Amino acid sequence: MKYIALIHNSPEAWQALSQEERDQFNSDADVFLKELSSSGELLDGAVVLAHPSNAKTVRVRHGAPSITDGPFPESKEVLAGYYTLECESIERATEIVSKDPASRHFAVEVRPIMHMTGSDL
Amino acid sequence: MTTDVAVEGLLRELAPQVLGVLVRRYGRFDACEDAVQEALLAAARAWSGGTLPDNPRAWLITVGSRRLTDELRSEGARHRREETAATQIAREERIAPPDADDTLTLLFLCAHPVLSPAAQAALTLRAVGGLTTAEIGRAFLVPEPTMAQRIARAKQKIKESGASFALPTEPERSDRLRVVLPVLYLIFNEGYVASSGPELQRPELTREAIRLARELRRLLPGESEVSGLLALMLLTEARRPARSGPDGTLIPLLDQDRSRWNGELAQEGLKLVEDALSAGPLGRYQLQAAIAALHVEAERAEDTDWPQILALYELLERVAPNPMVTLNRAVALAMVRGPEAGLALLRTLDGDRSISDHHRLHAVRGHLLELAGDRAAARGEYLAAAQRTTSLPEQRYLEARAARV
Repeated sequence: MKYIALIHNSPEAWQALSQEERDQFNSDADVFLKELSSSGELLDGAVVLAHPSNAKTVRVRHGAPSITDGPFPESKEVLAGYYTLECESIERATEIVSKDPASRHFAVEVRPIMHMTGSDL
Repeated sequence: MTTDVAVEGLLRELAPQVLGVLVRRYGRFDACEDAVQEALLAAARAWSGGTLPDNPRAWLITVGSRRLTDELRSEGARHRREETAATQIAREERIAPPDADDTLTLLFLCAHPVLSPAAQAALTLRAVGGLTTAEIGRAFLVPEPTMAQRIARAKQKIKESGASFALPTEPERSDRLRVVLPVLYLIFNEGYVASSGPELQRPELTREAIRLARELRRLLPGESEVSGLLALMLLTEARRPARSGPDGTLIPLLDQDRSRWNGELAQEGLKLVEDALSAGPLGRYQLQAAIAALHVEAERAEDTDWPQILALYELLERVAPNPMVTLNRAVALAMVRGPEAGLALLRTLDGDRSISDHHRLHAVRGHLLELAGDRAAARGEYLAAAQRTTSLPEQRYLEARAARV
């Protein structure tokens, strides 16, 4: 089963860390991703998203596009990055993600990815 | 002239033979396996014009053994002397007839219990099937580097387990066979369930699994479960052309256009079921094949011999108890004794946490409620199933059922 791990945090929470903590976080994240890659469970490398102030949100209503500044939904916590993994169960997925330093400092949501296969009915 | 398809077929057939020769000569399954892969890739390039060497197998053994020696040398000069002595595999060894047991030994090795089922399947496809890492990655829809890591790790685990390249002896062999068969079935299913949509065609895996099952049956003709597994694959594969619409919509068995089933595969499967059922103790694959045979034998859905299917599910539940089997038995029971009997059986699964919230249980319950005429409850169950499944075609199907009921 394939899963996506969505890292939610607020830019303030990241800024609130000391430089030392941020350095530690980055090196822990490197180790985490290397381990996940060598176990054959990481599908796509981590994607880190730019600060939400760079985001635009697009809505088309009655054929007219409206483009607003900022992410959707507007909240303190935003999607900060993601990676995809493949493993046997959601239990294993949450076990993996609990080793992600992001889950120590922020919150990581794990969700199954829909697949195109269908068993006999 | 030999076509590239024929070259590919030849390479896959030779892969386990060449690997067997190398492993018996050098030990080191992991390194030999890499060397054989490189030899196969080199052969695919060199032979793509259709010009084959006189003895393709000897060619592969020579190239593989050269690659292996290079690899061992580069690992360190301390290996140098001993490995140089072993550089060349004698000509007699290269042209000797293939040792049929090698393929069998490799199948057992790749199904080693230290590996996860997914790792067993990937390694089997590479070491026994002769597929490249890129092909296996494509088949399982994972990036090639991810698949390469999984295969490397699987080989490392086998190495650490200290498993030797030897055929298990008779009493142990039957036990180990019970591990090999699910690996082949997993490969088959991976390809089968994926082939419902036009955008995703992975029949390669079903074809490969059938080829390996045929090979296994040739090596172990007396094992009736091997025949049962092959029959099950053929009878399931026979229905594939009818299991989805042109837009990828799933079509349930009872609604399929049976004229689209593959008669040739069906006939071969039916014959095997007959032989397997009369041969040995009944195992799960023979029973599943016998059920598939009854579906294939029914000219129209309403001709299905449900009492017989029900009896087989009862046996199957005894041989291989599993909530999914109980689900299927509930459907058969509903067809024989009415939806209420089926629903009563489903209620016995409510306490089983492994299935009580599974989308299949909701879907089957919805179906039986619909048969019983309770449309509101059926709709609720279909929607509950749609919300829980992670398969997009199944979700679309369940939402459509909910809308229709």
